[in-house]
Amino acid sequence: MSATSVVDVKALRIVLTESGADIVDEIGITVLAGHVLGLVGESGSGKTTVGMALMGYCRPGGKVSGGEVVIDGSDLAGMRDAELRKLRGGVVAYVPQDPGTALNPALRIGTQLSETLEAHGRLGESEREQRLRETLEEVALPPEPEFRRRYPHQLSGGQQQRVAIAMAFACRPHVIVCDEPTTGLDVTTQARVLETVKALCAIHEVAAVYVSHDLAVVAELADRVAVMYAGRIVESGTRDQLFSAPRHPYTRRLLRAVPDLAGKRAVVGIPGRAPQPGHRPAGCFFEPRCALAEDRCREAFPPVSELGAGHAVRCYRAADTAGALAPDGASAPPATKVGDPVLTIESLDARYGSKPTLFDIQLRVGREECVALVGESGSGKTTLARCVAGLHKEYTGDIRLGDTVLAHSARRRTTDARRQIQYVFQNPYASLNPRRTVGQTIARQLQLFFPGARRDVGRRVVECLERVSLPETAINRFPDQLSGGERQRVAIARALAAEPAVLVCDEVTSALDVSVQAAIIDLLRDLRGQMGLSILFITHNLALIRTIADRVCVMTGGRIVETGAVTGVFDSPAAEYTRQLLANTPSIEAALGHVAVRAD
Amino acid sequence: MTTDVAIAPAAPVPAPTVLRQHQWLQTLRAALRLSRTKIGLAIVTVMVLIALIGPLVSPHTPTEFVGAPNAGPSSQALFGTDTLGRDVFSRFLHGGLSVFGLALAATAVGVVLGVFIGLTAAYAGGAVDEVLMRTADVFLAFPQIVFALLLVSALGPKVWLIIVTVGITHAPRVARVMRGAALQVVERDFVKAAEAVGEKRTRILFTELLPNVSSPLMVEIGLRLTYSIGLVAGISFLGLGLQPPHADWGLMINENRLDLTIQPWSVLLPVLAIALLTVGTNLVTDGIARAAIGIDRE
Repeated sequence: MSATSVVDVKALRIVLTESGADIVDEIGITVLAGHVLGLVGESGSGKTTVGMALMGYCRPGGKVSGGEVVIDGSDLAGMRDAELRKLRGGVVAYVPQDPGTALNPALRIGTQLSETLEAHGRLGESEREQRLRETLEEVALPPEPEFRRRYPHQLSGGQQQRVAIAMAFACRPHVIVCDEPTTGLDVTTQARVLETVKALCAIHEVAAVYVSHDLAVVAELADRVAVMYAGRIVESGTRDQLFSAPRHPYTRRLLRAVPDLAGKRAVVGIPGRAPQPGHRPAGCFFEPRCALAEDRCREAFPPVSELGAGHAVRCYRAADTAGALAPDGASAPPATKVGDPVLTIESLDARYGSKPTLFDIQLRVGREECVALVGESGSGKTTLARCVAGLHKEYTGDIRLGDTVLAHSARRRTTDARRQIQYVFQNPYASLNPRRTVGQTIARQLQLFFPGARRDVGRRVVECLERVSLPETAINRFPDQLSGGERQRVAIARALAAEPAVLVCDEVTSALDVSVQAAIIDLLRDLRGQMGLSILFITHNLALIRTIADRVCVMTGGRIVETGAVTGVFDSPAAEYTRQLLANTPSIEAALGHVAVRAD
Repeated sequence: MTTDVAIAPAAPVPAPTVLRQHQWLQTLRAALRLSRTKIGLAIVTVMVLIALIGPLVSPHTPTEFVGAPNAGPSSQALFGTDTLGRDVFSRFLHGGLSVFGLALAATAVGVVLGVFIGLTAAYAGGAVDEVLMRTADVFLAFPQIVFALLLVSALGPKVWLIIVTVGITHAPRVARVMRGAALQVVERDFVKAAEAVGEKRTRILFTELLPNVSSPLMVEIGLRLTYSIGLVAGISFLGLGLQPPHADWGLMINENRLDLTIQPWSVLLPVLAIALLTVGTNLVTDGIARAAIGIDRE
C-alpha cells in the first residue's frame, strides 16, 4: 500500500500579531491517509494552535507568518474565505475537547447532524438520511429517529462526544483533527471513544491528528507521535520508536509522568514550567528544566538530527540518552502502620432531592491512611466526598470523626470538626476566589481556625506555601497569574493551613496536565508522610492511586463494590466492574504489547 | 520514593509586565479609552464643578431681587431675571448642588439596598429567593415616579423622604441585576470552599460574591445615578421636592415655565443643565458597560 500524504505541514510559523513573538515555529508534520498522528505536549506547548492551523484557522491575536499547510495537495495560504469554509467540515473535520459546549443546546442532535451534511450539500435528501443512519451506527449510537430527536442535555458526556465525532465523520472528510476529545470523560467511555476514532480512521482512510497531553492515550491509537515543547516539535517518530527508545530528555520525562497501572515505575513530575511566547531562551527551550543541559544547550536551539527511519529529535545530547534505563520499582506507597479509624462512614444513604444516589456506604479511613475511592462519573463518589465535607446534607447514616458523629451541614459542625476535615476541589480554576491574592486566601483560613495567632499570620502563610513548594513571592499573586498546577498547590496549602486530620481530595488532578498531575501526586505523598495526614483520595483513574493509596474502594452506581489493599485489588480484582475498569485504563505497556517502555 | 527531582518549584510567572489590577479598575481603564466615556466624563465634570463652585462665585444671592420680573439679559443679570425678579444666573449656579446631592444620596440608598437584596436572593436561593424577587416584581410594576409621588404626597415634602423614596424605587431594579450576576458566582467552588470552613453568610456575600460582580455593579451605579437626577429634578418640578424660595433646577423650571415665551433663559438654563448632566452620566455608564462586556475590544 503506497499511502499518500494528506496532511503536509512545512516550516509552519505562527506569531502573536501584537508582539511578533512566535507561538509555534519550524513545525513540520506529515500524515498519511488512514494514519493517526499523536501530537503531544503540556498546555501552552502550541499543540492546539497547530491543530487549528490545519483548518486554516488562527485564534484572534495570532497569524501565520511563514511556512505552508498543504491539505490534499492544495496550500491553505492561497485559499479565499469561501474555499476555506468549504474545506472546514468537508475536507478537514474537527472534534472539540468539550462536546458539552460544542453542541448547540437548543437544537435536536438529528438537526445538527443533518445541518453539517446540508452545509456541504453534496447529497440528496434520501442519501442524507442514509448517511445519517450509517454514521450514527458507526459511532455506536442508535440511529432511530427517537434518539435523533433528543437534545444534547439528554445525552451523557460520552454520547455527546460520539455525536461530535459522528458530525466530524459525516461528510467523509480526508483529515480529522481531534483536540483532546476524551479529556472530560472517564476511562470506560474514553476507551470506547478511542476505539471508535481508531476504527473510523482505518475504515475511511482518514488522516487523523490527535492532540493530547496524555502519552498513555496517544499510545492507544497513534501510528506516529510528535512531541511538542514550547512551540517546537522536539521529537517525532513511530509510536514504537518513541515509546521504546525515547531520545529527547523531555519525552523521557513525560513518559515518567504517566501513571503506570502495573506499578513498576514511579510517577515523577517535571519541575518548572514551559516558557511562554516572547519569553523563550536563546538556546534550547527545555534547557532550564533539563538535567542533561550543558553549555551549548544555552547557546542555540539544537538542529534536527535523524536517528533512523523517521525518528527525529532536536537535542544535542540525544546520543547520551540512548543508554540503559533504570527501572525504579520504588512506587509502593509509604509504608504506614494504620492507626485507629479517624473517619468512619456507616450505612450512609444519600439522595439528590427525591433521587437516591448512594446506598449503604461503609467506609473507614485510619490514622495516616490513604484510602482511594475510584469510580466513573455518576458513581456517587463526589457526593460521598461532599457528605464528608458537610456540603451535601441530604443523607441518612453516620459520619464519625474519631468518636463524634458529625452534623450533616458544615455550618452546624463545631469549628474543630470543620478544621479537621479539609476538602480540596477538583478544579483549581474555580476553587480560588479570583479577587483575592494567594496570601489573603491562606491568611483567612488561619484567622478562621487559629484566631489567637494574629501576629504570626504572615510567617505562617509563608510556611504554608513552602510546604507545597511555592516560593514566598506567590503571596501577592492572584490566581489568574498562576498555572493550573500552581493553583492546585495553593488550594492544597489552604487546606493544610487548617492543620487537618483528614484531607478529602476530589479528583484533584483531573483538570491538570499529566506532568503536573505527577508532581501533585508526589507532593501529596510527601505531605502525608511529613504531616501524618489521612487522605480520602477520589479519582476515576486507577493508575493514579497505585503510588499513593493503601486501600481502594471501587464504586459504581452509588455502591461500593470492592474494597481492599491496592496491590490485592490490582492483581486479583474480585468484582467484575473492577476488572472492566482495569482493562479500560489506558496503559502504554498494554498498547505496545511486547515493547518495553523505557524511561530514565 | 525518589527525591532526585525537586517538586516543581513553580518558577515565578515569566515577566509580569503589567501589574495585576482589580477587575473594576481594569474595566474603568478600558472604559476611559472610549470616546463616549471621555465626552461623558468631561460633561459631568463641568456640571459638577458648576454645582460645587457656583455658589461661591455667583454674582448675587439666589433669593435677592435684582430687577423687574422677567427682565431680559443685562449687565446686572447675565441671563435676565426670573418670574419674581431674582437673578437667573445666580439661581442656576446655586441650584445644582441640591439636584446632584439628592441624586447621589438616593443612588447610594438604592444601590446598597439593591445589592444586599440581590446577593442575598442569589446566595440563599429557594424560598428566600422567591419571596425577595417576587416582592421586587411587585415594586417593579409601579412606575418609579408614581411610587415616589405617592409617598411624598402622603408624608409631605421632606429632603430625607425624597432620598429614601427614590432609593427604594431603585432597589428592586438593582437587585435584579445583581442577583443575575451573582447567580453564576454562587455556583463556583470557592464559595463552597468558604462554606466548608464555616465562613459567616454575610462574609460570603461581601467578600466572596461582591468583588466578583464589581463590573455590573459599576454599570448599575452609573445608570441609577442618571435616573436619580431625572427623578429628583422631576419631583422638584412637580412641587413635591425642595420648596420655594430654595434655588433648585427642577423647581426653577416649575416656577418660570408660564413665562417661557417672555424670558426663555429662566427655564432653558436649568433644563439644559439637567439634560447635560443626565446625558453625561449616561455616556460614562454606557462606556463602562461596553468595557465590562468587551464590545469595543479589538
